[in-house]
Amino acid sequence: MTVISDTGRDAEPGYRPSPLQRARIAHRRRQTVLSVVVAAASTAVVGVLAVVAVTGAPGWQRVRESFLDPAIARESLPLVLHGLWLNVRLLVFCAVGALLLGLAIALLRTLRPAVFFPLRALAASYTYLFRGTPLLIVLYLLTFGVPGLRLQGTPSLLVLGGIALTIVYAAYLAEVFRAGIESVHPSQRAAARSLGLTHGQTMRHVVLPQALRRVAPPMLNDLVALQKDVGLISLAGPIDAIRMAQIQTAEHYNYTPYLVAGALFVLMAIPLIAVTDWVTLRAARRQSAEAAA
Amino acid sequence: MSTPVLDCRGLRKVFRGEVVLHELDLTVAEHEAVVLIGASGSGKSTLLRCVNLLEPLDDGSIHLDGEHITDPRTDPDRVRRRIGMVFQSYNLFPHLNVLDNVTLAPRRVHAVSRARAEAEAMRLLERVGLAGKAREYPDRLSGGQQQRVAIVRSLACAPRLMLLDEVTSALDPELVGEVLSLVRELRADGMTMVIATHEMGFAREVADRVCFLDGGRIVEQGPPEQVLGDPREPRTRQFLERVLAAGRL
Repeated sequence: MTVISDTGRDAEPGYRPSPLQRARIAHRRRQTVLSVVVAAASTAVVGVLAVVAVTGAPGWQRVRESFLDPAIARESLPLVLHGLWLNVRLLVFCAVGALLLGLAIALLRTLRPAVFFPLRALAASYTYLFRGTPLLIVLYLLTFGVPGLRLQGTPSLLVLGGIALTIVYAAYLAEVFRAGIESVHPSQRAAARSLGLTHGQTMRHVVLPQALRRVAPPMLNDLVALQKDVGLISLAGPIDAIRMAQIQTAEHYNYTPYLVAGALFVLMAIPLIAVTDWVTLRAARRQSAEAAA
Repeated sequence: MSTPVLDCRGLRKVFRGEVVLHELDLTVAEHEAVVLIGASGSGKSTLLRCVNLLEPLDDGSIHLDGEHITDPRTDPDRVRRRIGMVFQSYNLFPHLNVLDNVTLAPRRVHAVSRARAEAEAMRLLERVGLAGKAREYPDRLSGGQQQRVAIVRSLACAPRLMLLDEVTSALDPELVGEVLSLVRELRADGMTMVIATHEMGFAREVADRVCFLDGGRIVEQGPPEQVLGDPREPRTRQFLERVLAAGRL
């Protein structure tokens, strides 16, 4: 936390800090400099140790050749990048689908009237089932099991894989949304209902806007997890970045393409992670402002 | 005698085996301001919440303008449109600015156009001296300002009956006055009101009738001078002595 007197920006005319306060400011400055120096030194030590440990290892030469070949990296980059375009499109569709489905399930779980019991129970079991099942198994069931039925109009493996990702992530997002809905104080609902708003209007205009704002950080975090899991689609056959890397790896007898794909996934994640951090920071600030009010 | 605006008969409410309202009867005539006093837990808030159908009854019936509103077939949303309620903790919607807080119900519930709803909201905000705050969010307002907005928000639906639940209890002492003077104005306009409060001086001034609640029953009721000045019931006397000792009279 910044102390105003430290920066001197808010100094009023005619105010001179007492000798005690000046000594305090000088001490704090020394502490700041010291902590920066210590952090830099320890980072340098750890970095040097890591480099020495890896490059000094007996098998380093062979690992470098099979994982870090610049020529193979250059050659496979455009192909892997082409595959990544599939991941990007898949991510957009799955993210939108999972957000909508998750929100729908969360809303079903808030319906109180007894008529809706079956829907509520269904929504609850959905979140239990798909949060518990490994994503890989859902993916296999949809991409290998469903086509096996030989039904007319079975969608492509890519669509089926996308559906698998969507239904699993919708289960997680549903719980995030539900947590948000339940975090809105009952007095807000009472106020809205006392004005004559129906349950639906109360949800739409009063509860959800507050709930979504609160759960934006965990929601975005789930989307970050989804963005790397779209790579699992490669296991079902479609040629995405990872599948392409696998093909290139087999062609060159060299693992470098996997590293290229990995690096591309990290690059793709950075903007979303940055947005998540920014939203989280903003939410934390707003919360501390609310607490201070 | 004309039909009373509010007619509660034999209200019973039980929370986890504890009887909060004991076969309670209360009638409020048009333009009448009834003030409920009593210790915390005496049933004042529960009574108001039951009238607004926020709490289901465990027995008895409530009539609003002669219509039986606790009939299981009644649509509670339709009933609540005719009743305004103001809460101890204001309960403004923090994600909406003052103007949107006030116009939400007229626009969504009463299907008034945005322009008309906003014009009416500005007229009401003007009256309570908060027109300048129309675009502010609730967290930028003082408690007294928030509570006045909450009252305006209820008024914007032109209710038949206003329920005020300890509207000054959460306010700093210097902000109580501005809210109470607004309630006085409502009284002067002839609004039918049921007011739960701990402010005895205010009760004496604004009430047509004071009801003292204890243990979920109306122990004593009558004109404010009588109930607050010369209570007949020993329990009322005891309560008022305790309030006096705490310096709230």
